[in-house]
Amino acid sequence: MESFQTTDGHLLREHATIIRQLVLQSLTEAGSGHLGASLGLADVFTALYFSVLRHDPAKPQWPERDRLVLSIGHAAPVLYATLAHAGYFKTEELQSLRKLGSRLQGHPGRDHGLPGLELSAGSLGQGLSVAIGMALAARFDGLNHTVFVVMGDGELQEGSVWEAAMAASHHHLDNLVAIVDRNGVQIDGPTEKVMHLEPLADKWKSFGWNVAECDGHNREQLIETLKHRRNATQPLVVLAHTIMGKGIPAIEGDYRWHGKVPSREQLPGFLKDLRNMHKT
Amino acid sequence: MNPYTNKGNKATRTGFGEGLLAAGQLNDNVIAIGADITSSVGVDLFASAFPDRFISLGIAEQNCVAVAAGLALEGKIPVFSTYGVFAALRAADQIRVSVCYNNVHVIIGGAHAGVSVGPDGATHQALEDLSIMQALPNMTLLSPCDATETKNAALAAILQCRGPVYIRFGREPMPDFTDPNIPFKIGKASEMLKGDDLTLIATGHLVWEALLAAQILEKQGITARVLNMSTIKPIDREAVIRCAAETRAIITVEEHQINGGLGSAVAGVVVTECPVPMAFIGMKDQFGESGPPLELMKKFGMDAASIADTALHLFRKKMSD
Repeated sequence: MESFQTTDGHLLREHATIIRQLVLQSLTEAGSGHLGASLGLADVFTALYFSVLRHDPAKPQWPERDRLVLSIGHAAPVLYATLAHAGYFKTEELQSLRKLGSRLQGHPGRDHGLPGLELSAGSLGQGLSVAIGMALAARFDGLNHTVFVVMGDGELQEGSVWEAAMAASHHHLDNLVAIVDRNGVQIDGPTEKVMHLEPLADKWKSFGWNVAECDGHNREQLIETLKHRRNATQPLVVLAHTIMGKGIPAIEGDYRWHGKVPSREQLPGFLKDLRNMHKT
Repeated sequence: MNPYTNKGNKATRTGFGEGLLAAGQLNDNVIAIGADITSSVGVDLFASAFPDRFISLGIAEQNCVAVAAGLALEGKIPVFSTYGVFAALRAADQIRVSVCYNNVHVIIGGAHAGVSVGPDGATHQALEDLSIMQALPNMTLLSPCDATETKNAALAAILQCRGPVYIRFGREPMPDFTDPNIPFKIGKASEMLKGDDLTLIATGHLVWEALLAAQILEKQGITARVLNMSTIKPIDREAVIRCAAETRAIITVEEHQINGGLGSAVAGVVVTECPVPMAFIGMKDQFGESGPPLELMKKFGMDAASIADTALHLFRKKMSD
């Protein structure tokens, strides 16, 4: 348990680099998948699983654990890499990503029995609602854990997200935290060109949420924002400003890398990029 | 003659509400979700009895269904009821992914089934819900025939089933005739009437009409067996095969599109196991309209006289083959 509550910056940086390496390796081996969001969310997942979340890989069904719902199922590789690195299963299993018979489905599927996986998801706009159900259940049971949900910014174009936003606020779910991966890009291009989202913070505020914005690659800032929220009576949304593909300069912010993976030839260079980022 | 007595017309949605209330009294984990029309879909009884276990989520069916999935993942037993057109269609993707793919025990009540909804017209008459729900893996699909059976079906759906359940019921008060002491058996059809010349396999409100149709046929010297198919999925294959083998003619009767509903489910068993002539009573790829419930049922060929007429044709076809 103790190792998952760290605030040691050096250690956190190491975790983030390892998670990115595992993402790159597993997606290259898979030959298909979504690299951009997984690299962009590596720092968010590091902050969550190695500092913020109350969890225990030895007891994935522990009733009092914090819940992490991944609404954008296409970012599964970063969830899998983080779970493996945290000890839920062996990192070797990451090589089975997207393959026949694997517990690591292209989009998360609980029916395959992967420990630590809270929800089968992949159709956008549903995770926040499911998280609301989990948060309501915790309230019914008098449990004080928190339900976290990771969403994409393009996902916010789904109308059902705003049904859920209304409901979470109406029911004063102070045990619910939504993290929006605000990387500003989606498959067709920049979010503001495909479908305008701004003023995004104001939208959430007007729905009755507490809103925090932070640098989604600044792990200390993320931890600070996610940990110190307890005095509120309303749900919290964190707009985490990230760069899609973070860590690989050649692809950073390039929406064409939303649903692409490196070739085997590209992999060594990409891994070298990660080592360079780790040093700086 | 019809061996069943109508104890008095009663809406199946009332039966659902009573079943939900009874389930709530038996199990503290039962939670009801409301999408505004609670009194119309039988949830108000539960909401008044257990206000702390009722969650109002407004007119937002997609959210309602996925919230239910979240509750179920945490061991609660959520029941979400709204009109079938909205439950099964507006929230179909949430039912598919958040409920069925996660294989969680969420109970969805689909109210206002069929053209017997009446004056509200086509938008509010659920006629496609059985097709859509039937296609989803892990789904159990119930369609009880009267208020009494609906109460027992709701109890079974909530407290005995595992995984996703969709239970379909209607708006209009209709004959209430089944024995309240017979527990609902999921996946088991019940033989309502013996007969050897053909089988009427009916579901929902139309089981009563099928019983009346059997009386009409009796006057023509034809004995019709009547089967109440109150579980559409998993379909009672044994019962269908037995009827096909023993009566050699099957007419399915449903207040639903014939594409993908009860008829398709029964035909799937018949053609693979025991091919016999079939006919299908139901909506023929068209929308309903406004009007008095019984007149609509007549217009769309779902009343006893129309059922008997279709059955007679099929019987003659069978005899001439």
